[in-house]
Amino acid sequence: MATSSNEIIRVESISKHFNDGAVKALDDCSLTIHQGEVVAIIGPSGSGKSTFLRCLNLLEVPTSGKVIFDGVDICDEKVDLDLHRRKMGMVFQHFNLFPNMTVKKNITLAPVRLKLKTQAEADKVAMQLLERVGLPDKADTFPAMLSGGQKQRIAIVRALAMEPEVMLFDEPTSALDPEMVGEVLDVMKELAKDGMTMAVVTHEMGFAREVADRVVFMADGKIGEVGTPEEIFDHPKSPRLQDFLAKVL
Amino acid sequence: MWWSNLFTDMSKASFFNFSFLPKYGAFFVQGIEYTLLLAVVSVALAVIPALLLALMRLSKSRIVKGISGAYIALFRSTPLLVQLSIIYFGLFGVINIPRFNLFGFVDLSRFIPGVVALALNSSAYVAEIFRAGILAVDAGQMEAARSLGLSKWDGMRLVVLPQAIKNVLPALANEIVTMVKESSICSMLGMAELMFGAKAVASSTYITLAPYTLAALIYFCINFPASKAIEAIERRMRRGDKQ
Repeated sequence: MATSSNEIIRVESISKHFNDGAVKALDDCSLTIHQGEVVAIIGPSGSGKSTFLRCLNLLEVPTSGKVIFDGVDICDEKVDLDLHRRKMGMVFQHFNLFPNMTVKKNITLAPVRLKLKTQAEADKVAMQLLERVGLPDKADTFPAMLSGGQKQRIAIVRALAMEPEVMLFDEPTSALDPEMVGEVLDVMKELAKDGMTMAVVTHEMGFAREVADRVVFMADGKIGEVGTPEEIFDHPKSPRLQDFLAKVL
Repeated sequence: MWWSNLFTDMSKASFFNFSFLPKYGAFFVQGIEYTLLLAVVSVALAVIPALLLALMRLSKSRIVKGISGAYIALFRSTPLLVQLSIIYFGLFGVINIPRFNLFGFVDLSRFIPGVVALALNSSAYVAEIFRAGILAVDAGQMEAARSLGLSKWDGMRLVVLPQAIKNVLPALANEIVTMVKESSICSMLGMAELMFGAKAVASSTYITLAPYTLAALIYFCINFPASKAIEAIERRMRRGDKQ
């Protein structure tokens, strides 16, 4: 396959069951993400979007199936997962900044602790990244002093400081006041333009249409449809997707 | 002294017959020091084992979880006096501690078994305090740490524990207050703490009640302001947390 040479994540029929199979959060989902690609994952709440995304860096361990990252099956227990997680940045709905550390410390903690950079190098990179998201003056502030939009931009910077190959976004704008959604989406658009590989669980249909290379529609723990934004938004095939779009657009 | 006459007419059983004070006051001063030493040292010694027990309790391994759970259950479900007696006569019947007086009035051969028993008992309670404190930290904190490639231990040590410790400081201070009271049980084994002092005074002066009234007053004057202070600190910390 021509595309397999630059594939970065390949998910092979993962399922995630809770309560001994009583709840099937994910049911036989497969997807391949290529280098530089922006994949938006949409769907009604409870459809398994977030669980799927969290399976990509194994914050949620699939009950069955494989997650191949950089050619390695990271579900294998012999694999040093921490080593692979470094290369997958994640941004959470509720930011999850460390409230007991300054912004700069939030950003430099992992690179310094994992000996990827000295404190001085990490500080320099942190300042450059903060400059890029327009928050260089917040370096010595604590997260509690920031607005939601600022927190999320810092959270993106914190993930970027690890120089990841992929960025995973779990509903990054869902917890934000409406007027702050734009500033976070702008940073994400910028990232996409710079060629970052991104998987984004989102309710922002405008963003999915404008920025995504491919859109994944999930419903009831299954991957319903995968296609270009045009295919998904303008020519939805399944009634489930048509119904969903009718409600959100 | 001018006020010693005040007591001469009082009955031996009076609540406030403090006529023993001029002669026996030192018993109480030493008793206070001994009591505070017992409480502070045992809670301080309990912190590390308690942290270990709490982490074990949160472990995924059933065996590790079970060991910690059994320890906590054992120490929380049996009386302190029984634990103290077993440790004093059992454990320290085998281990011999030389008679050595610290600060002139703390006999180590009694003090060490007392502190060990109180610390073992306290660690069971403090472990539950720590466990609650760790669980109170949002799960997203550990997830964020792990997503950055930090190990579980690093996430615990660098991210979760510093936040948990802040949450549990008031409860930990309360544990010292509890220990100041509970340590009175050590008088049963001849440790010269406050309660022991009161008993000694009562038996040598035949003033049966007032030494205990005084002991009660002293306990109250230590613990009540201490718990009020802890409450005030707790309120201030909560205000600081608001975003």
